[in-house]
Amino acid sequence: MARSDLTIPEAVAKGMSIYLLLAIGFKGGAAVSAHGASTTLVLTLIAGIILSFLLPFIAFGLLKTLTRLSTIDAAAVAGHYGSISIVTFVAATSVQADRGISSEGYMVAVAAAMEAPAILSALWLATRATSGTTGGSLMSPELIREIMLNGSIVLLIGAFVIGAVTGKEGLAQIDSFIVAPFTGVLCLFLLDMGLVAGRGLQNARGAINRGVVAFGLIMPLCGAVLGLGAALLLGLSTGGAALLMTLSASASYIAVPAAMRVALPEANPSIYLTLSLGITFPFNLVIGIPLYLELAAHVIGG
Amino acid sequence: MEKHDAKRVEIIIEAPLERRLRETLTDADVTGFTVLPVLGGSGRSGVWSREGQISSAGGMVAFVCIIREERLDDLLDSVFKMVERHIGVVTITDCQVLRAERF
Repeated sequence: MARSDLTIPEAVAKGMSIYLLLAIGFKGGAAVSAHGASTTLVLTLIAGIILSFLLPFIAFGLLKTLTRLSTIDAAAVAGHYGSISIVTFVAATSVQADRGISSEGYMVAVAAAMEAPAILSALWLATRATSGTTGGSLMSPELIREIMLNGSIVLLIGAFVIGAVTGKEGLAQIDSFIVAPFTGVLCLFLLDMGLVAGRGLQNARGAINRGVVAFGLIMPLCGAVLGLGAALLLGLSTGGAALLMTLSASASYIAVPAAMRVALPEANPSIYLTLSLGITFPFNLVIGIPLYLELAAHVIGG
Repeated sequence: MEKHDAKRVEIIIEAPLERRLRETLTDADVTGFTVLPVLGGSGRSGVWSREGQISSAGGMVAFVCIIREERLDDLLDSVFKMVERHIGVVTITDCQVLRAERF
């Protein structure tokens, strides 16, 4: 690796992530107000929450067979794969917009709903394994409140609601702020993620072995297949199905790592951060998103 | 100028725990402390830097707290209960202050 000294300051990176969350939430809300809410919206939300609860268990089983990670580490990693990466989602929506594929605007709300449940599954897995030694206090009401009111969830839902209320007129008014610069900011943000991921890979060589890397590549595919199944049951459009697949396939690196540091300090952060940011995130961007779109188009048609 | 002895407690702790440590200190009636940002470093858990990070999970913060010697053990007891399982360092050094009535 070239080891460039190029870095993007923390505050700029945070600012860009806030911008992207605001923009994607607002656009999703405006799209819902144009098409109206439906029962599919509620069903998709419920399906998203179930997927988020369920995926960590699959990830945990897969980790236990593929790797020799400790139960605590495996539970922490599993939590990341049940939750979602909003930047992967944003990239998938941009790809679809470029190809002229439309999708359900409320998928943004589904993304927000899928962020937190996986953390509870991960903590349950960890508590069950350690039964009593460190468990018990893991799921304090304070922690659950913190997880549910996590900044990115609040911002995404808030922007979504404002977008849904103000609709097309609201979008037209701030169009030049949230639509036009969007792709540019996304590019810069992806550059930053690449830099952080590269640095993480360099620093975590000891913690990452072949089995762990294999998990980072196989798990997104498992998630995507489950997401596709759910999309078929719900009757989503091709674009919506590809997005649900992307959400199920992606791994968190914002909300879940912070929650894991608080709740499962024994888990090694360099394993889960490197896996979700250094392996699964680039895999989804380069191979995953086009693959999920192809699969969705093939199965659902359109 | 007259100087008074005091203890300086420095706690380096993971950024996601910042609020919890503030609350622990406040609950222990420690009302004077300073929180400092930390750029990066290296330790048992590997190398880390806050550059470019979008999650607080990868970062650390430093708490500095000046306290009278007789209150030190109370402070350490309550702080250590909270930080015991986490990545970080707690150090205590002797220091001197000019205005003792403030501590």
